[in-house]
Amino acid sequence: MSVRGKQVVTSFIKSLLHKISFGTLFAKKKSVKLGLYGPPNGGKSTLANRITNDWLGEDMSSVSNVEHETREIIIREQIIIKGKKGKELSFNLVDTPGISTRIDYEDFMKKGMKRTEAKKRAKEATKGVIESIKWLDDMDSVVVVLDSTKDPYSQVNITIIGNLQARKIPVLIVANKIDLKRSNMELIKAAFPQYEVFGISAKYGTNIEEFYEKLIEFST
Amino acid sequence: MVTFQFVPFDSIAKLNSRKRVNKLLRIVKNNKIVILEGRLTPEEEAHLIERTMAEISHPRFSGIELGRIEYSQKYKGWDAVKHKLASMLVGERRGLTVIGPATIIDKIVNNPSQFQLFMK
Repeated sequence: MSVRGKQVVTSFIKSLLHKISFGTLFAKKKSVKLGLYGPPNGGKSTLANRITNDWLGEDMSSVSNVEHETREIIIREQIIIKGKKGKELSFNLVDTPGISTRIDYEDFMKKGMKRTEAKKRAKEATKGVIESIKWLDDMDSVVVVLDSTKDPYSQVNITIIGNLQARKIPVLIVANKIDLKRSNMELIKAAFPQYEVFGISAKYGTNIEEFYEKLIEFST
Repeated sequence: MVTFQFVPFDSIAKLNSRKRVNKLLRIVKNNKIVILEGRLTPEEEAHLIERTMAEISHPRFSGIELGRIEYSQKYKGWDAVKHKLASMLVGERRGLTVIGPATIIDKIVNNPSQFQLFMK
């Protein structure tokens, strides 16, 4: 059998074992791991803060207009959100560094950072991207946060969603920044027609109550 | 001068994922734009991004730009089964994947109606 063939067989056996154990594990699981994934500056940390502020009364991540502000995985455990119909969802929220294919410290310098600081940020950002990818395997469900003012057909978006699909992890796509005039949620819907796309403004809380209802429905 | 290197699918078909990614990244790090026949799996693309991040060293290498042109024709019936099996075993040889160094390519616009490479 070819090396590729062996890989396929190994992957199939792993997937089978995962499925067999999933039911018993999930029954014992008190809360699911919900990941926020996406490219840099889509609003993952703003959404994370919106969620923790609404349900715990505090921020969990720092936010910035400069890309790669989140450079480490940040976890907030035991968040419980309650829906209008009395349903509850308990989860551990995982805010991840934005995934990109290029990182250049000079881009940070253009935003006003000093060379040393920019180099440090770039170094940390590369590690953050690697961490985000490694953590994909640990997620129970994922909210992909996309900036609705940007072109959704980027290979990074396609790669993230393709990997979640390959791992059979439930995905909810959030079109963030719908408060902005340039926002185009329809373009995201057209790019990923097989997924439900939910429009919000994490910054201003637009549609956030509906988002929580959707999250409960999607994760339970 | 920009150099494109065509990589036929047959040249990576028998390689495992790690070797595929390493081969492609080696070409890109030599400042060439790879035109790969076929496409990588999503897991291989993620691995390519991981490897890229691990190898970034400014100013020589600041990452990659990645895009792919899908093949729109769909197989039906028995042909679809055969194609699915073949792509599981050796990978997807339909379509084209473009991978280039970020020092040369500014961006790739890749939507259903167009595929454009913008050079620096």
